[in-house]
Amino acid sequence: MTDRVDGLGRIRPAPESFLTQSQIAEVSAGRRDFLRKAMLAASASAGAPAAIAAAGSDPAILDKQPWGTTLGKPVASDLYGMPSKYESNLVRRESPGLASVGGASVAFTPLQGLFGIITPSGLHFERHHQGWQDVNPSKHRLMINGLVKTPKVYTMDDLLRFPSVSRIHFLECGANSAMEWANTAVPTVQYTHGMLSCSEWTGVPLRLLLEDCGIDLKKAKYVYGEGADGSHQNRTIPLEWALDDVLVAYGQNGEMLRPQQGYPLRLVVPGGQGVSWIKYLRRIEVGDQRWNTKDETLHYADLMPDGTTRQYTPVQEAKSVITSPSGGQVILDKGQHTITGLAWSGRGKIKRVDVSVDGGRNWQTASLGSLVLDKALTRFQLPWKWDGGPALLQSRAIDETGYVQPQMRQLREVRGTRMVYHNNAIQTWKVTETGEVFNVQIA
Amino acid sequence: MSRSPDRAMRLAFAFAFAALLPMSGIAMDGIGRAATPDEIKAWDIDVRPDFTGLPAGSGTVAEGEVLWEAKCASCHGSFGESNSVFAPLVGGVSKKDLETGRSATLASDSPTRTALSMSPTVSTLWDYINRAMPWNAPQSLSTNEVYAAVAYLLNLSDIVPADFTLDQNSIREVQKRMPNRNGMVEFSGLWNRKGKSDVIAVACMKDCAKTAAISSFLPDFARNAHGNLALQSREWGPVRGANTEVAAGTGATAPIKIAAKAVSAAATTKKLADGKGCLACHGLANKVVGPGFTDVAGKYKGDAAAQKKLEVKVKAGGAGVWGDIPMPPQAGLSDADATAIVQWILNGAAAE
Repeated sequence: MTDRVDGLGRIRPAPESFLTQSQIAEVSAGRRDFLRKAMLAASASAGAPAAIAAAGSDPAILDKQPWGTTLGKPVASDLYGMPSKYESNLVRRESPGLASVGGASVAFTPLQGLFGIITPSGLHFERHHQGWQDVNPSKHRLMINGLVKTPKVYTMDDLLRFPSVSRIHFLECGANSAMEWANTAVPTVQYTHGMLSCSEWTGVPLRLLLEDCGIDLKKAKYVYGEGADGSHQNRTIPLEWALDDVLVAYGQNGEMLRPQQGYPLRLVVPGGQGVSWIKYLRRIEVGDQRWNTKDETLHYADLMPDGTTRQYTPVQEAKSVITSPSGGQVILDKGQHTITGLAWSGRGKIKRVDVSVDGGRNWQTASLGSLVLDKALTRFQLPWKWDGGPALLQSRAIDETGYVQPQMRQLREVRGTRMVYHNNAIQTWKVTETGEVFNVQIA
Repeated sequence: MSRSPDRAMRLAFAFAFAALLPMSGIAMDGIGRAATPDEIKAWDIDVRPDFTGLPAGSGTVAEGEVLWEAKCASCHGSFGESNSVFAPLVGGVSKKDLETGRSATLASDSPTRTALSMSPTVSTLWDYINRAMPWNAPQSLSTNEVYAAVAYLLNLSDIVPADFTLDQNSIREVQKRMPNRNGMVEFSGLWNRKGKSDVIAVACMKDCAKTAAISSFLPDFARNAHGNLALQSREWGPVRGANTEVAAGTGATAPIKIAAKAVSAAATTKKLADGKGCLACHGLANKVVGPGFTDVAGKYKGDAAAQKKLEVKVKAGGAGVWGDIPMPPQAGLSDADATAIVQWILNGAAAE
C-alpha cells in the first residue's frame, strides 16, 4: 500500500465525513486555514496512506450503507431515465448578461464534467434565434427545389425509407469563445467553450436526395437550407460540401433529435459552424448564386482590421481546450492528476495534441483517446503531478492537414480584436498555490 | 429471412459505390412526390441579391413609420436605434458612405455595427423581415408591409427621401446607394474545408517563449458574476467547483453542499412570463423597452381594480401610460396565464 506510485488511486474520506457539523459551519463561514489544518490532520503524516486516518479505517467501508441493506427501486420507476441526483450540478447554463431575451440566447454545455467524446443529448448546447419549437413530425415536410429536374416533397415517413448513415461529428457555434476575443470575460470552460457538442447523427446523405430530384450539376453551384420555425433560418452551403458528407438528419445518439436540436429534421454540415446546420429543416434549394442571408451578412461575418468584412466563412478551424482541471475549479490535493480535454478540427482528424503546464514555454504530447474520428471531438489526456506551485495549463491541437492551433496573439495579429467568430486560440488556465484555477490570457 | 443478407449486401455495395463515383448510382424510385406549383410558391420565399424571388408590391416611408411604431418599435426603438433587446438596426452611416459604398465606421476603433452600416445588399433586409419578423409573430406582415418597413429603415439612414416609395423597380436604385455595398470580401480559406488558413502557427516544443506574462484576467468583483461555481462542477472528485461566494484563497476550496431550493410559485410564473416573451421587453426591476415589473407593482399598489384592468391590457396591448412605445397585443395568451402573470407582477414579480 505505502509504495503506491505518488498516491495514485488512494482513498480519503470526504471532508464532511471527518468534520463535525460545527467545523463544517466554520468552513462555510470562510475559515479556509482551519480547513487546511483539519485536512492535514485527517491525512495523517506524510508517507502514510491517506485512507488510514488517525482512526485507522474508512467508515464508508466499515459502516453498512443504505443502498446495501435495503430493497432498491423497481424497473420502470423512471420511464425516461435521468442522471443521478448527485450529478445535478452539470446542466446547461446561460451566461448572465449575454442576451436580453431567452429566445435569442445560448445555453452552454458543461464540458468541465463530461467524459469521452459524446455529449449527452440533454446537455447539447442550445442556440436559438427565435426560440425553439416542438414540430409535429406528421405535419413536417422537406421540399427540394431550384436547379433540379423534379422539385419534390418528402414526408418524414418518406425520409425513413431511404438508407441512412450514422456518423459522429462535433457541432460548434461560430461564436464559441467569442466573448474572449478582446479579453478574458467569463470564468469557466462551460462559458468559454461550451457552445460545443458532439453526437452520433443519423440521416440520409443530402446527395442522395439531390440526385433523387435530378440535380442539374451543370448549373448548380450552391445549396441553400431553410428551417420551418419562426426564424426560418437560411444559409448558403458550397455544392461540393453538400455532395460530400452533408446529412439530412433525424437521429441523434440513437434516438430522434431533441426539439432544441431541430426535431424532427436538421442539416448536419460536418466541420461547418453551427448556424449552417439548419434546424427544423423544411426546404433545400439548389442555386447558382449565393443568398447573402442575414446570418451570412450581418452576423457570422468577420470584421477585419481594415474595415472590410469577410463573408462566407463556415469552416471551424482546429481547436482544443483542457476541460479538467479548468477555470473556476479547485484541485483538492497535490500529487498525481490527469489533465484531460477535447480537440477538434473542421478540416479533418486530429493528428496530435500538445499540453504545456508552464504557459507555452515547453510542451509535451498528450495521448489521444481510442476514437480519433473525422470532424469529431477527440479526447486527450496527460498525466501530471501537481507540486502545489503555480502553473499555466494550455493545450494545442494539430490536425491532419498540419494546421497548428494558434495563440490568441497570433490570431489578433492577422484578424484584429473586433472579431466575433473564429476564435480558436489556445486557452490558458492559471493554477494557483491554493489549487484554484482561473481563466487568464497570455500576452 | 433468407433475403435480408442479400439486401444488406446490395446496400453495402451501393454505398461503396457512392464513395467512389461522382453520382451515387442508387435509384430510390418512388419515394416522395413532385411538389406542386402552389406548394413551391408558398414556401420558396427567399430573395437573392439579384432580387430573384422578390414579389411585386410597394410601400412608402410614411406607411413604414406607422407600421414600425405599431409592430417593430417595442423591440427596436422608434428609430431602429435601440440596443436594449437586439443590436441596433440604424446608425453609423454617413453621406459619404453612400457614395463610396464602404461604411467608414467599420474601419474605426469602435465601429458602429448596425444592420444598415453592415449590409451590402438591400435584399438581405427584405428577405429577413419577410421571413422572420415581427419576432413574436413571424410571417404576419403582408408583402406591402415588408416593403414599407424596409423603406422606413432606409429613410432613417438617409438612403432614400421621406417621400420615397419602395417597390420591385426602385429597390434596384436603392442597391446602388447601399452604404456598405463594397465592404464585403471573400476568403476561400474558411469557405472550403480544403482552404488554407490566414493564421499560421508552428508547434514549437522546447524553450518556446521566454516569459508567459498574463495580459488579461477576471477582476475580483466578477468572481461570483456567473453564480457560485461550486454548484457548476461535479460535487465529488479530485477537482471540484470553487466556492465563489467567498474571496479567492479564503475557503473557496472547501467542498460545499447547498440544498436545492424548492421551486416556488413565483419562480414558476416567472418562467411562464419568460416563455410568453414578457421578459423580452420588461425587466423584473428595470426598464427595458417597457417598464420594470416592480415599477408596475408600485404604481398600482392598493388599486383593487388593477388585476382585471391589467389582464385586459396585457391581452389587448396599450400605450401612453409608461411612454410612447406601445406594447403589442398578446392575443395568444390564455386567460389563466394572463391572470397568473398579472398576479405575479402585482405581487412584486419575485424571481424565486
